[in-house]
Amino acid sequence: MLSRVAHSLYWMARYIERAENVARILDVNLQLFLEFANRDDDDRHDRWLPIVRATGDLEVFRAHHPRATAASVAEFMVFQQENPNSIVASVCQARENARMVRDQITMETWEELNHLYLFVLSPQARQIWLDSPPDYFNQIKTSSLLLGGLSAATHLRNEGWWFNLAGRFIERADKTSRILDVHGQALPATGLPARLSQADALAWVSVLRSCSAWDAFKSLYGADVHPRHVAEMLMLNENFPRSIRFCVERLDEALRQISGVSDRPFSNEAEKLCGRLAAELRFTSIEEVFNAGLHGQLDQIQLHLNQIGEALFQTYIFHAFETGPETRRVQQEEQQQQQLP
Amino acid sequence: MNSVADSHRDGSGFTADPAAGFFDEMFGRGDQVLPHYRKLAEAFAELGAAELEAKRRRLDLAFLRQGVTFNVYGDTRGAERIFPFDLVPRIIPAREWERLENGLTQRITALNLFLHDVYHQQQIVKDGVIPASCILSGKHFRREFANVAVPKDIYIHICGTDLIRDDRGEYLVLEDNARCPSGVSYVLENRRAMKRSFAGMFESVGARSVDHYAQELLKTLQYIAPPGVADPTVVLLTPGVYNSAYFEHAYLARQMGIEIVEGHDLFVREEHVFMRTTKGPQPVHVIYRRIDDDFLDPTVFRPDSLLGVPGLIRAYRAGNVSLANAVGTGIADDKVMYYFVPRMIEYYLDQKPILPNVPTYLASEEADLPYILEHLPELVVKAANESGGYGMLMGPKASKAEIAEFRRRIEADPRNYIAQPVIPLSRHPTHLDGRFVGRHVDLRPFILCREKTVIVPGGLTRVALRAGSLVVNSSQGGGSKDTWVLYGNE
Repeated sequence: MLSRVAHSLYWMARYIERAENVARILDVNLQLFLEFANRDDDDRHDRWLPIVRATGDLEVFRAHHPRATAASVAEFMVFQQENPNSIVASVCQARENARMVRDQITMETWEELNHLYLFVLSPQARQIWLDSPPDYFNQIKTSSLLLGGLSAATHLRNEGWWFNLAGRFIERADKTSRILDVHGQALPATGLPARLSQADALAWVSVLRSCSAWDAFKSLYGADVHPRHVAEMLMLNENFPRSIRFCVERLDEALRQISGVSDRPFSNEAEKLCGRLAAELRFTSIEEVFNAGLHGQLDQIQLHLNQIGEALFQTYIFHAFETGPETRRVQQEEQQQQQLP
Repeated sequence: MNSVADSHRDGSGFTADPAAGFFDEMFGRGDQVLPHYRKLAEAFAELGAAELEAKRRRLDLAFLRQGVTFNVYGDTRGAERIFPFDLVPRIIPAREWERLENGLTQRITALNLFLHDVYHQQQIVKDGVIPASCILSGKHFRREFANVAVPKDIYIHICGTDLIRDDRGEYLVLEDNARCPSGVSYVLENRRAMKRSFAGMFESVGARSVDHYAQELLKTLQYIAPPGVADPTVVLLTPGVYNSAYFEHAYLARQMGIEIVEGHDLFVREEHVFMRTTKGPQPVHVIYRRIDDDFLDPTVFRPDSLLGVPGLIRAYRAGNVSLANAVGTGIADDKVMYYFVPRMIEYYLDQKPILPNVPTYLASEEADLPYILEHLPELVVKAANESGGYGMLMGPKASKAEIAEFRRRIEADPRNYIAQPVIPLSRHPTHLDGRFVGRHVDLRPFILCREKTVIVPGGLTRVALRAGSLVVNSSQGGGSKDTWVLYGNE
């Protein structure tokens, strides 16, 4: 498979997953914040900022918005194209990548992604957002899940499929770690909190909801929410499809399928790093995580994921296929293609 | 069942307008539906206006959703548009198609013989049929390729020839697109759309299939594989996603099951071309290139090209990779060379041209220049090497300033201009604003050349959607129609 194509498939999947996760985080937190309607502005500002940090670039945010309010954060994370991680920007980039590899993805996948793209840029998307943000987020989530299902149901299990999967799971692992970190600052630096306020408990439920994990959590731990269990479920659970461990194990599998050497410990740097991270998540208890400090541990995971992404790039892509300089675009347009239809 | 005449009353039927003075594809010069359109007219008469409108909306939405779009230059935001599609198909009866097929085959055969000649012995020049100056001054003549052998001596593998019909219904060749003709994806997509929307009509009318185009194209490309390569790797080289025809490139690559590559996906080592893959370098044998000669290789042509592959031309000359179309075919579709095509046919094939040219004046001919300059307001003037409706003057519609501007350009560079009388293009009933109205059309069949010439029955019918307009290009308000070639004559 062409390196450029692998690169585009990987990023297409990442951006779709990113849009979905941003929608999840915002959706749950907007609803949660309705419960804090009586709080003052400063308090709300303090509660929104970590969410911006979890999903986007704090500096970019500050350049555009003086205060973190529900409205400014939502604008920044949903619509603002200057924020490369906003939902609209992510969908546009996913679609741009898909356009470059249109011949490699199935018609069904292309049409749904194009549909999502046309939706996020349409005036009625804004209107839906104004009328009911949950409906808007639902459209984004549904479309992303549909895309996952469509490729699962229609895509040949070839190299492209595994690059797609690698992109999806590396992004999801990263986002789950960030979602888990959102309310991490309410925790002591190391160890577990002595007791939980009702507001904190609600915040942890929102963390679970962000990951569609609330129902599964109840069946595993009951309705009593404790950060210990939330972290255990979202970090270390082997069977929950959005837990970090689950995602890293899928990523590990995808990397091995791509290289075609599943029987040896590793054949390249990406596999080595990913295998190591998977083993760590497998042979760690949640007590150890909290003793070392949850926030620091999540930071480490994000760092490892970045390194795996970088190694993957070095191993398979070799050189950058960024959208080239402006001259490249001009030259691409300049080609006459006799008699445009 | 409603008769055609009945349907006139509710305003949804087709109507003839012989007084307009054009040849109408459906009515000819008279006011009766021609035999090969009869079944279609009956089928349309049964559809209500609301039903047609609904079908049309569904189709537009489907095209947008599938991303069957083209890019408009100079329009950076929302730059993709759908190519407007008209519901009323154009129909060609079998006997008419047979003549077109023969005429186009004759023409492409002569053009390929001409290209081989012009890059080798130049016998046609020595025999005084075409002046040497006309060839040597051609912008797309590649003198560096003199005496370079190309596989199977074929230069043009894929050609899109534009045909029009005059007010008597006579088919004329308007131009040959022998470099990177585009539009075939719309032929295929339009057919797909029509089949979905009018399934029943296909059964009753009986149109020949166009679906095999991609297979034929792939065979054409495999045919020119370098000697000794049994299972050649064929790729499509695209300028990239910002090109107006990118949709088509991706579409064709997918239909053929080959890789679509950009210049930076390829590299050359020891005169062999490879693509960069996740498994390391893979050899490439045939390149269906959709970029111009100028951009192919920065070490030979434009040094600033970011789209090409350094060293590609060396590999090509060494015979290790084949290109379709060959380098240098642009001289054959130069509009000055167009003037000579009927003579080429007589010279190489000793035959009379089956499909005539549009009468043409060369600004570089001493006899023609004064005539052109005197009659600019009546003529169409074209730059020799432009396409897509750019660099053109429509005399009757032009302002005084535009005419003056072209006069200046022609005088400054006569070699670069030709002029033709305005041909009153044939019209075709077209569904606009809930009514059927006559709009001017042309036709671009796609011709493939290998051990034989293959023309998929049909082609792209372009239609000028603006009333009275003779310009069918999408950038100037053109749309397209499905084209049905019948098994029989009615």
